[in-house]
Amino acid sequence: MDLVLFLTFAFIAVACALNMSLQRHPVSSALSLIGVMVSLAVLYVLLGAEFIAAAQLVVYSGAIMVLFVFVIMLLNTGAEKLTKKAGLAHFLGFPLLVTLLAIASWVITNATSTMAPVKFGAFTKGGPREVGWELFTRYLLPFEVTSILILIAIAGAYRLANKEMD
Amino acid sequence: MDANFFPQTAELLRFLPEIILTIAGTLLLLMEGFKKDGDSRSLIATLAAVAIGLAMYGTVVAYDNPGLAFSNMLVSDGFAAFFRLVALGVGLLTVLCSSSYLQRERSHSGEFYVLLLFSLAGQCLMAAANELMMVFIGLEVSSIASYILAGYLRDDKRGNESALKYFLLGSFATAFLLYGVAWVYGMTGSTNLLEIRAAMEKGVPSMTMVSAAAGLMLVGLAFKISAAPFQVWAPDVYQGAPAPVAGFLSAGPKAVAFAVLIRVFQTAFEPIAARWEPVLWVMALLTMMIGNFSALWQSNIKRMLGYSSIAHAGYVLVAVTTHSTTGTAAAMFYLAAYGLMNYGAFAIVTHVAGKGEGKVTLDDLKGLSQKEPAVAALLTVFLLSLIGVPLTAGFFGKFYIFKAAMDSHLVWLTALGLLNSAVAAYYYLRVLVVMYMHDPETTEHVTAIPGGLKLTMWVTAAATLVLGIFPGLVLDFAAKFAALNK
Repeated sequence: MDLVLFLTFAFIAVACALNMSLQRHPVSSALSLIGVMVSLAVLYVLLGAEFIAAAQLVVYSGAIMVLFVFVIMLLNTGAEKLTKKAGLAHFLGFPLLVTLLAIASWVITNATSTMAPVKFGAFTKGGPREVGWELFTRYLLPFEVTSILILIAIAGAYRLANKEMD
Repeated sequence: MDANFFPQTAELLRFLPEIILTIAGTLLLLMEGFKKDGDSRSLIATLAAVAIGLAMYGTVVAYDNPGLAFSNMLVSDGFAAFFRLVALGVGLLTVLCSSSYLQRERSHSGEFYVLLLFSLAGQCLMAAANELMMVFIGLEVSSIASYILAGYLRDDKRGNESALKYFLLGSFATAFLLYGVAWVYGMTGSTNLLEIRAAMEKGVPSMTMVSAAAGLMLVGLAFKISAAPFQVWAPDVYQGAPAPVAGFLSAGPKAVAFAVLIRVFQTAFEPIAARWEPVLWVMALLTMMIGNFSALWQSNIKRMLGYSSIAHAGYVLVAVTTHSTTGTAAAMFYLAAYGLMNYGAFAIVTHVAGKGEGKVTLDDLKGLSQKEPAVAALLTVFLLSLIGVPLTAGFFGKFYIFKAAMDSHLVWLTALGLLNSAVAAYYYLRVLVVMYMHDPETTEHVTAIPGGLKLTMWVTAAATLVLGIFPGLVLDFAAKFAALNK
């Protein structure tokens, strides 16, 4: 089961990555990138790193992708060509979304009573507790030094984007 | 999980230079935010210089407290102290040159010094890193600040091009390094240099895979030291970046990247030395050849110095290829000497180039000896040292490197390296000929040299000559610190 899941999502990740580089329109590329990110998250879960997987979804597929799309919007790349295939989505999109949400909420409400931590393979140290422990003990210094990177980013962005020159 | 991870006082002292630089950088960033007038900029420059001086003192304190720090992330030893001081010294020269330069280019603002201090903090971390994670983060801190410094003159098209190229290629190279780190972790279960070595000696699933991982890391580091075939960015970046920044990039970050290369390959990857030594051999030769032969055709001085810096990286690679303590000491001496002479040359370019860096071709140097005899004389010192003429630091640098190479029986590499030095003499001497044997084309009014720039020129020239007569002043330390803890 693990192997099947791995092969499937590894293939999707590679295919999406290729598609991302081959697409001409930036929005299509951005959407392919989401595919890469999500498949990677699945691979992390398979490795037993559920916290990293969740962070991957929240940070990359969520926050960073929104940023990408915003930048693309600001750069004004022009309208996408609409194809006829969109017609199907036009009628079925909303009902399908509602169905999906209904099924998902039904599954979640049923499952919460009997939930156990995710476990794949032998590795069990992928939870937020273990990751947090490592981050603030053994990897304290690298973790803190990354804050310098953020300061550099602030100073650099201010410098490069500042209008006033004396 | 109950081990005590709270840093001890001694551990904090081993990390003192970085603490000083980071605090100073943050304070200067706040000062820049609250500034009221242009005068505060000169104050910020002075404070940055003071902070670097304090960090140098911090380095000495760190050296007096040798040992590991922060769960073995850092190691404070003589090797780390040596490269921290080289990086900080180059940083100090950069501050001295930059204040007047930025005023001339009407871009004087405090962020320059803030970014410089942060970049130096990253470089100090690289010099002391004992963990691949720490190497990676130090490299990123150092590089990302350098990318911005390269494009600091925002309205300058060449600067923008240079910064963008540096950024894109640099990120690409760092990705290789990181991928290599991931493979190493996969094979040995550790990112600590000594644990990697221990795991390899005990046996790893696949030695080929570890070698491939070392290869990936070598690609990333070769980019940072501008070794062939990953050198293409260097001339473009040095040509486009502001002259003081180009000097900074060619000396400081390069020296600490070499420190990382030496430390990682001579501790963690020593068990597979037989596999990487031939690769470094080829890389050293290619780097010398490409650097020197490309420099022959250049008419732009900054670009020529860019190619020359590639060639010099090749000489240092010869020393690294020897994989011996004397070779490491020779590399350390050379990097310190090269930092001085090359920064001096860039300081002169900063002055001669004039406003907007309009005069950077060989023709613009015509008759410099008549217009500004002192400047021409100082540039002569630096160029002679870059050639490797006796009585200059460059001579002893090359001498120790080729001596170490001969001791390690790298006869062919030594012979080809010496031939390369002879080729290099041509393009350096060409500059001397232009300066001394041509009449000036224009009768422009000579601008006065600002104090900081003048100080940089004289100090680097004096140091170049002193090291050319008393190389022991630096070499003794290099020889003492070259033996790494394994």
